Amino acid sequence: MDTNFLTGDLVRLVTPETEQAAACFARWSRDSEYLRFLDTDPARPLVEKWWKEDAEKREPRDNFFPFFIQTIADNKLIGFIGFWFVMWNNADTFVGIGIGEPEYRGKGYGTDAMRIMLRFAFHEINLHRVTLVVFAYNPRAIRSYEKAGFVLEGRERNVIMRDGERHDIYTMGILRSEWEKTQLKAKG
Amino acid sequence: MNHNSLFEGQLVCLAPFDPDKDAETEARWTHNTDYMRQTFFEPLRPLSVAQVKKKYEEAHKKEERNFRFAIRTRADDRLIGFVALEWIEWVHGVARFQFGIAEAADRGQGYGAEAVRLMLNYSFNELNLYRLAASVGSYNTGAIRFLERLGFQQEVRRREAIQRDGQYWDDVLYALLRDEWKPTAG
Amino acid sequence: MLLTGSLTRLVALEADQDAELHARWSRDVEFFHLFNFGPARGATAKQAREWLERDADDPNTFVFTILTQDGGKRIGLTDLSVLPRWQDAYLGIGIGERDYWGKGYGTEAVRLVAQFGFAELNLHRITLSVFEFNTRAIRSYEKVGFVVEGRSRQLIQRAGRRWDSITMGLLRSDWKNHGY
Repeated sequence: MDTNFLTGDLVRLVTPETEQAAACFARWSRDSEYLRFLDTDPARPLVEKWWKEDAEKREPRDNFFPFFIQTIADNKLIGFIGFWFVMWNNADTFVGIGIGEPEYRGKGYGTDAMRIMLRFAFHEINLHRVTLVVFAYNPRAIRSYEKAGFVLEGRERNVIMRDGERHDIYTMGILRSEWEKTQLKAKG
Repeated sequence: MNHNSLFEGQLVCLAPFDPDKDAETEARWTHNTDYMRQTFFEPLRPLSVAQVKKKYEEAHKKEERNFRFAIRTRADDRLIGFVALEWIEWVHGVARFQFGIAEAADRGQGYGAEAVRLMLNYSFNELNLYRLAASVGSYNTGAIRFLERLGFQQEVRRREAIQRDGQYWDDVLYALLRDEWKPTAG
Repeated sequence: MLLTGSLTRLVALEADQDAELHARWSRDVEFFHLFNFGPARGATAKQAREWLERDADDPNTFVFTILTQDGGKRIGLTDLSVLPRWQDAYLGIGIGERDYWGKGYGTEAVRLVAQFGFAELNLHRITLSVFEFNTRAIRSYEKVGFVVEGRSRQLIQRAGRRWDSITMGLLRSDWKNHGY
């Protein structure tokens, strides 16, 4: 049994207190590039107080697994990752990730976090597949997901209207059997 | 500008759901296990009349992002199905689209085709949406043919995303852009 | 069609009707002793209603009323409580109307719920517990394919003696081997 189940090479996944989470989300939401990579909702900075109050009122759900990403080197909270809609009957989930601290983007931290999360999906909650959506104008993320083993499953055309242009959203997925192959490669 | 045909076709019309009168019919639909499994990815769950009424009330709170119409036959005012828009993102002009005709006997009569044509017209010409997407199970070959006839393009195939009857199926996404929409198609 | 058999159909609970019935059944001590762990003291319709409504709100619980095909009589309840990570579920069933004991209604309802569990919820297995003195139920479960997996020895005490609770399980492969 692996005791470092939520720990990778560069990061570990943690659950912070609500105050810490609220402070991080509020700070990161001042960065419009971060928001535009993350969500189709119009970019809008968060009010730390309202986010915290809403979070405290929320009932825990068994199909939601949120984590924060913390660096092993200096224990810094740099982003979040989570399953935001586990469909148990289909053994499938959507995964979402955001690196809030700009200096930590494009350096392998996100890929490391995603590897931990995939292991959690397949070895802890026994899913059959994991899905994600990523915007066409975020090629760095697309490369990271490909490294983690995700396969392109299609593109939704012209979904996002930003800066006067329409952009596609890609859907990527990884099946259990595909993930197991990546594990064999890693060991061998 | 054509003012009189948003809700009325020749065979059917789009109507609001009556939270009191229609709950019993909808509760009966939820017990039609073939229909429920064909149309939805969530696990089948038969509902009571009271539970359906509760759903109507919850939907009422989310009306800004959701439109759900009853399909009623013009000949005898029967409630036979629904068309709906969900997850509307006004900023991008996009929405998810869903439809269903509950009883097999009411399919293949042109009711569904006309209801969906009315809904497409409503979405593009009244809500000014730019794009509609519909998610169907790969086992639902009838809906797939229907969407293709209407001009929807296949965009995404989430492999083995649905499990039923001991088998895996794909979740296939079809989409129609306003520029591609032909009002007389289907 | 799922949830439909020759003797019975499984349908949604109607809060008022089924709370009344459940309260009445709970006052039948023999039924209660077969069905439940707690001391027999009868539930009010209001208590039964709260209990049933709580289950209705749980996305991992599926509760059904057992309806006869002939006459549409509400004769009992059955439910599946899913443990989603393990693709396992606990099955519960009680036929409250005594006239329908020992006639195949319960066995068919168990079969319908199990079929729902495997075909719709994609379970890997189904678990249940049954008191050792409930021989009629044990036979029913065995007919559907359940296998004894263990006993909690001397778990309950009633009428001055101790009784075991038996755990039975049905794997997807057991189900298939029974020809379903």
